[in-house]
Amino acid sequence: MTARAQAISTREAVEQRLRSGGGDIRGLVLQGALLLSLLIALGVLVVLVGDILIRSLPVFADRPLDFLTSPLSSRPARAGIAQGILGSVLLMAFVAVIALPLGIGAAIYLEEYAHDTWLTRLIRTNIRNLAGVPAIVYGLLGLALFVSTLGLGKSLIAGGLTLAVLVLPIAVITTSEALRAVPNSIREAAFGVGATRWEMVRSHVVPYAAPGILTGTILTLARAFGETAPLLMVGAIAGTFSSGGVGDMLTGAYTALPTIVFNWSGQPQDEFRALTSAAIVVLLIVILLVNASAILLRNRYDRKW
Amino acid sequence: MTESGDQVTVKTRQSISEQTDGEAPTIRLMTTLDEAEQIAAANDESIAMKFADDEVVFELESLSCFYGSFRAVRDISLQVPKNQITAIIGPSGCGKSTLLRSFNRMNDLVDSARIEGRILYHGVDLYADGVDPVEVRRRIGMVFQKPNPFPKSIYDNVSFGPKVAGYRGNMDELVERSLRRAALWDEVKDKLKQPGTALSGGQQQRLCIARAIAVEPDVILMDEPCSALDPIATLRIEELMRELKQNYTIVIVTHNMQQAARASDVTAFLTMGEDRAGYLVEMAPTQELFTRPTHRITEDYITGRFG
Repeated sequence: MTARAQAISTREAVEQRLRSGGGDIRGLVLQGALLLSLLIALGVLVVLVGDILIRSLPVFADRPLDFLTSPLSSRPARAGIAQGILGSVLLMAFVAVIALPLGIGAAIYLEEYAHDTWLTRLIRTNIRNLAGVPAIVYGLLGLALFVSTLGLGKSLIAGGLTLAVLVLPIAVITTSEALRAVPNSIREAAFGVGATRWEMVRSHVVPYAAPGILTGTILTLARAFGETAPLLMVGAIAGTFSSGGVGDMLTGAYTALPTIVFNWSGQPQDEFRALTSAAIVVLLIVILLVNASAILLRNRYDRKW
Repeated sequence: MTESGDQVTVKTRQSISEQTDGEAPTIRLMTTLDEAEQIAAANDESIAMKFADDEVVFELESLSCFYGSFRAVRDISLQVPKNQITAIIGPSGCGKSTLLRSFNRMNDLVDSARIEGRILYHGVDLYADGVDPVEVRRRIGMVFQKPNPFPKSIYDNVSFGPKVAGYRGNMDELVERSLRRAALWDEVKDKLKQPGTALSGGQQQRLCIARAIAVEPDVILMDEPCSALDPIATLRIEELMRELKQNYTIVIVTHNMQQAARASDVTAFLTMGEDRAGYLVEMAPTQELFTRPTHRITEDYITGRFG
């Protein structure tokens, strides 16, 4: 009888405690504040992109193809970004040919071959620092080294080399991370059956890290595609392509998509506002596509260890 | 209420003091340096087990292993006999794996690792100048704690070792032979092109064994090969080990004493001193070590009485 009464009172006590939890006011306030910061961040982005899209509408409504295929012109009605696209694509080719092999090679050496000494740690740290150096500094370096000292002039080669140097640390870092994601047990397995370091790297580590390296590579290119400041330093401001052959194209004046945006935004005529916005939209779409392909690749080949 | 509670506490306290007053305090696996020296001194008179010269595969001469300034293994001298299963047992962190990985120079991969003393393999010093660690690992294969098949096909997993060793014979036959010896052929013969990582844990470990024996090694080192497997898969691996010892010398590290007792011919027991360096307490035929251990600490360990 008493035991039963006790059981009931216990049950009531438990229920009372369980239900007595008043609202966690501070928690709710914090949650609200976090949500608000998310909304502000998103809001700014939406307003920016929306504004640019609306401003660019006249151009895409009137002459979508013509805008993409026309050369630069001082008359807004005939101005287009064909040269910018060509210039940017050629710059990307330079980055891909110069920075990626160097970056991937350096990362493989650092991760798979270098012994863990104070020197390699110093190098690693400094590569990370280099990745954080403002782009304009690389522009100055390009101007001093490639344009003046090496005498390349304000050419596409100088611009490509400058961008390549700019993204090199990023290429090293992304590749290093992809290599580090391959577990050590795989390396031990390869060594365990009598593979040399080179056989282990070539047959296992690099193939397994390849999706990660590829993703990082694509993101690196996207970064280079959008860079403006260093290109302004090394002379891609208002140049148009020389009409000669490939040699002229590489050594003569040139332009790129981001520099066109910069140039047009400073033009006095009102019509250039719409053109600027349209060029920005093209730039954003390209970068979005590149990044999306990187994400797709990553999801497609992502490996769970 | 409170009164009886107090009584209980008092009683417990009493029984604890009774225990400590009794013959032995709770047993620790970490020995003091004095104890370690006593054990070492006792061992000096009857050093581990001696085998006939042509029966010895490995001979360790006061081997110490270091990671930087930390000594992980201290002064181990022992012999590993041919075509037998030698088990290395001992508590976690006593340097069993470090010791095993020094047998095929796997610790070379750790920058800070180095050894003192010698490891003779058929009389040849493995760490002498000019010894190629790649060739060492071809002759002394390894199976790891966690199954680690390459994320490639079953066929490629087995054929990789022979391929880098420059094997010129019929690869299909070699793959089949290796998988048969690892008791895996019947389960995978129809799916050799499928990824090795899709197999079950026990199958993956047998695939790793097949991969190890495909390069025709002389010795197979096994580093807790069953710790990630269920009891049935474990028994299959143990059965396999007994078959493999006809052709290979096997050294297995395990912290499963039943496994050592069931599967091995010879057992070495390691523990560590206060400096956390592992040392050899005793080595004996498995039956003997488990029934009549020489040292008290061995007995405490194998009977599971440790604090």
